[in-house]
Parts: sequence; structure tokens; C-alpha cells
Amino acid sequence: MHIEVKDLEKKFGSFIAIQKASFKIQKGHLVGLLGPSGGGKTSLLRMLAGLEQPDSGEIFFNGNLANSLSIQAREIGFVFQNYALFKHMTVFENIAYGLKVKKQKASVIKERVFHLLQIMGLEGIEKKYPHQLSGGQRQRVAFARALAPEPQLLLLDEPFAAIDAKIRKELRIWLRNLINEFGVTTIFVTHDQDEAIEVADEIIIVQKGRIEQQGSPWEIYNQPSSSFVASFIGESNSLASPISLQGFPDLPRYFRGEDRNSEVKVYIRPEWIEIRTENKYYLASASEPAVVSHVHFRGDSWFIEFQLTNGTKLFTYQSIKEHFLKVGDQINILIHQLIVFTPSETRVLENRSKIDPMPVFI
Amino acid sequence: MRRLFISMTILILFLILFLPFLSIVLGAFDQGADAFLVALQRPESLHALKVSFIIVMIVVVINTIIGILLSIEMIRGTWISRWLRPLINVLVDLPFAVSPIIGGLMIILLFGPNTVMGMFFENAGIKIVFALPGMVLATIFVTFPLVIREIVPILEELGMTYEEASASLGAGPLRTFFLVTWPSIRWAIYNGIILTIARSVGEFGAVLVVSGNILNQTQTATTLVYQDSVDFNMIAAYSVALLLGLFSITVLLILDWLKKRKEDQLNAH
Repeated sequence: MHIEVKDLEKKFGSFIAIQKASFKIQKGHLVGLLGPSGGGKTSLLRMLAGLEQPDSGEIFFNGNLANSLSIQAREIGFVFQNYALFKHMTVFENIAYGLKVKKQKASVIKERVFHLLQIMGLEGIEKKYPHQLSGGQRQRVAFARALAPEPQLLLLDEPFAAIDAKIRKELRIWLRNLINEFGVTTIFVTHDQDEAIEVADEIIIVQKGRIEQQGSPWEIYNQPSSSFVASFIGESNSLASPISLQGFPDLPRYFRGEDRNSEVKVYIRPEWIEIRTENKYYLASASEPAVVSHVHFRGDSWFIEFQLTNGTKLFTYQSIKEHFLKVGDQINILIHQLIVFTPSETRVLENRSKIDPMPVFI
Repeated sequence: MRRLFISMTILILFLILFLPFLSIVLGAFDQGADAFLVALQRPESLHALKVSFIIVMIVVVINTIIGILLSIEMIRGTWISRWLRPLINVLVDLPFAVSPIIGGLMIILLFGPNTVMGMFFENAGIKIVFALPGMVLATIFVTFPLVIREIVPILEELGMTYEEASASLGAGPLRTFFLVTWPSIRWAIYNGIILTIARSVGEFGAVLVVSGNILNQTQTATTLVYQDSVDFNMIAAYSVALLLGLFSITVLLILDWLKKRKEDQLNAH
């Protein structure tokens, strides 16, 4: 189902949950609503489901205004955070619920339920009650129940929140495959960026009731449209004060160009920083000398914090296969790119000195 | 020390529960089982028991229906503003705090023969005070919180998500209530009904005030016991009292059995 949301607004008392939210979702896409807790993701999802009424704005399903459609008429499947399985019904009765509402024949219901049980890997538990199931099984029953009446839109509210961290990673791939198999347009809410990046075709970043950015995980990660997105997704070094860095001659201009009250932020992702040994002369004009100030073992990598000569502290990660560093070591830092946010523009700056302006031929 | 407390507790139970009940049993059978049966088979006894039975039936039906609806609205109703909710909450509990006799007086003040409302219903041919409607009203007043106080905490704990899940699967409000909400709250409702039965059978003060205690008309089992004891017809008083006592014990045993069955059901499978 193609979905369009225009200027959606919702208040709860004096609390503004959603303000001027607009976005479009392609049919069949798997979209992650990502943002900090209390940012309005769940309110958006509930308005799409018809569980809340927007104060203003429009929701279109396949181009038709859906605002006044009742929840029953929206043809959605909703998986709740706590799954909300009916306690007094067996797994079979839970999954069959939506089909019975649709007045399907008993034989059709039975066939469909057993088909879903098989897809979900839940064979043999149809006579059990929800409290006899494990967390993972409950979640799969909730998915099966939501998918049984063949919804046009599947809405998932924090689908992995109640699952162990270890199993959660396996379930992400499972969910992707499942949604691809059913081909149903799906929107899920999460506050876990890894989850969103790994599972979604498209991510919508929601913060303080606003849509910050919509795009593919690659776009969100590499071309953040605001300093909030840059700081929320992935890790970043942030520079708030004006400094000059080798290879970025334009950088001070951004700080100077704006009036003092406005916010200028510079972010450097750890993966954009390369640590080299002190005596490295290749691209010397593009690099900065630094001193290691903190080293921490992370299992699959080293966390390295270092101080530039002007006092700025930055961090990055280094593969455990690389040269081992100690606190106090002199190193050579090559910053490949950084991103600058000013109130008026967002710029990704490449290290200009990397293309050596004075090549020396011997 | 522990033994002392246990024996004290048993002593108190013996003094305030067992001994009085024993004296009622002995009193009822003071002149043999025949006298006990004769006392119960008097026309005024049979009539009083019938009146009590009718009141209980009407009160249980009205209390249950209103209790369910009001509980759901109290928890779910979005039309109730924030400041009104605690007020309704307190109002529901009012009968617990107010003496039943005052409850009865309120009904007389509202529907008495010389009041506007009383005149209105009198002209319509309906007698409220010193008649069955008034006694039913008084009993409803006294038992009103019982069903609601059983359902409200269950509904609060249940939350909205089960009903929302049902709606998202296409079910309308009625189907959602009977297939999803009802199974979750029905044990609470049974508890509330049983408490209502026990309380309305035993109600005395409020009913005495509004009924006028007219023999073979508005006399209930409890007011009959009172009447008999005032008339020094002790065997009759004890006999009806014993019957009421046995009834209450049975009702409470059923309540206990229901709770056990519910627990078994939760722990089973």
C-alpha cells in the first residue's frame, strides 16, 4: 500500500507529539521510524493505524484520504510492543482471530493458520497458550496473527524490544526475509539505529515530533541532513569551537561566516580518521601530529583517544591487527573528511591536501 | 510469643464468630427441629424470604450491568476530564463511607410522600418509599461499589492493547468486548456479584428505613429477624438468622471455590 502523510499534527494536552510531519512510503517498502524515546515515533504509528486521531493533517492510503477510516477498515496488521496475545486463547485461536472476524470458512482458516505456523517455524504449538511460550515464540505468534488476514500495511511497534540482545540480531535477518516473502508494506518503530540500518529499506528519523530526514540507510549515515541526525546515527567526534585542521583550509570560514549566536557544528566520524606512525611522510601536508591520550580494548578493535597539538581531543577505532599503541605515543593523524553544519547549509568537506599539491619526483 | 498470638487470635475468633453462631444454632433448635421448621414456614417468613430474594435478583442484575459499564467508562472514557476522574472515583466509594441508614434517609428525602419527586411518581402510580422500588434503591446504594471495585483494578492492569489488537484485526466493539475484554474481567465480575449477593441479603439499616417494615409487604428476612426478636419470638428470630447465616457462608465458600478454580486455570497447562 502506498502511504502519504501530509502536515500531520498531534497534541496530547499541552505536549506536542507530532508537528508538521510529511512523508511518502512506496508500496512494498520496509521502513524504519527511528529516533530517541519520546520523540513521537509511536504516535505516528498509532495515527497510521487509526488508534489515535490526528489534530490536523492528512493520511492517504493508495491516494485515498484515510483519516476518517476506522481502525477495522484500514486493513492493517499491528504488532504491539508486548505482543498483546489473547491470554485465554490458544495459539491457533489467536492466529485465526482476524480470519474469523472476516467470516472465512473453517477449512480456509485452518489451512491459512497452519501455513503461517509452518512459515514461522511454530509447528506443533498450536494448542498451547501464550503463557506457555518463550519470548521469541510469542513474537512470532504475534506476527502470524497480524499477517493472517493479509493486511495491506504492517505496523510494528518496537518489535524486538522484549527480546534478548543475542537473539535480537538473528531476528533482524529473519524479519527482513519474512517481510520480503510477504511483500507487504511495513513500518516499524525502533530506537536502535543498528536495527534500523540493518533491517530497513528506508529510514525516517523522527525527533521531537518532527521528521528530520528520510532516506536509505546509506544516505542517512553518509549524508545526514542535520547535526541531530549526524550525532544520532553512528558515532562522531564533534568540534564546537573554531579550529584549523590540515587539509581543510575552508573550515575557519564557516565559523567566521556566521554570527556568534548561531550554532556551527563539525562532526568527524571515527572511520574517517586514519592513525599512522609518527615517521610517516606520505601526504605529510594533509596530516596532523598528535599524542595518544587513552587506549581501551573493545574486543574487536582498539578505542584510541588522542590529542592534537592545539589541544582538541578526538577518538577513533583501530583494528587489533594494526600496530599496538600506548598512551603517550606520538602519532600522525590523517582526517579524510568531515561534515559541517551551519544553520544555513550542510557541507561534507574532503581533505584537500590528499591530492598532493606539490608532488616530488625523485 | 508466637503461640501466644496464635491462641489470642483463636480466642478472639471463638468469641466473636464461633460462639455467637453456636448460640444462634442452639437457639434455633432450642425446642427441636420441628419448631425450627415451623418458624421458617410461617407465612411472614416465607414472604420475607421471597422479598429478600426479589431484591437480591434485581440488585445483582442492575449492579452488574451498571458496574461493568461505569468501570469501563471510568478507565477508558476519554470524555471524562482529568479533574472529574478522581471525583467519580470518590463518589463510587461513598456508600462505603456513609452509614446505610443515612443512605436510606437520603432516599426518603428524595422520594418521600411529601417531596416533588415522590409526588411525581405517586401520580404516575409508582410508589417508591415504603415499597419494593425504594428497598431496591437502598440496597443498590449500599452495594454499588462492590462490582466496580473488583473490575477497575483488573481493567487498569489489562490496559488498552488487547482491545486495540482486536480492533486492528477487524473486530467491532461488541465482538472485542465479548471475546477479549469479558474473559479477562469475568472472574472479577463473579467475585463482585457474590459479594453483592451476600451484602444485599444481609442489608438491614438502609432497608429498614425505606421499607417501613410492613408485615407481609415490605418485610425482608433481616428486618423479620429484627421484628421477631423485638416481639420476643426468639426461636423464630434464631431460625431465620441461622438460615441467613448458612446462606452467607455458602456464598463465601462459592467465592473461595471460584478463586481457587481461577488460580488452577492460570497455573494449569
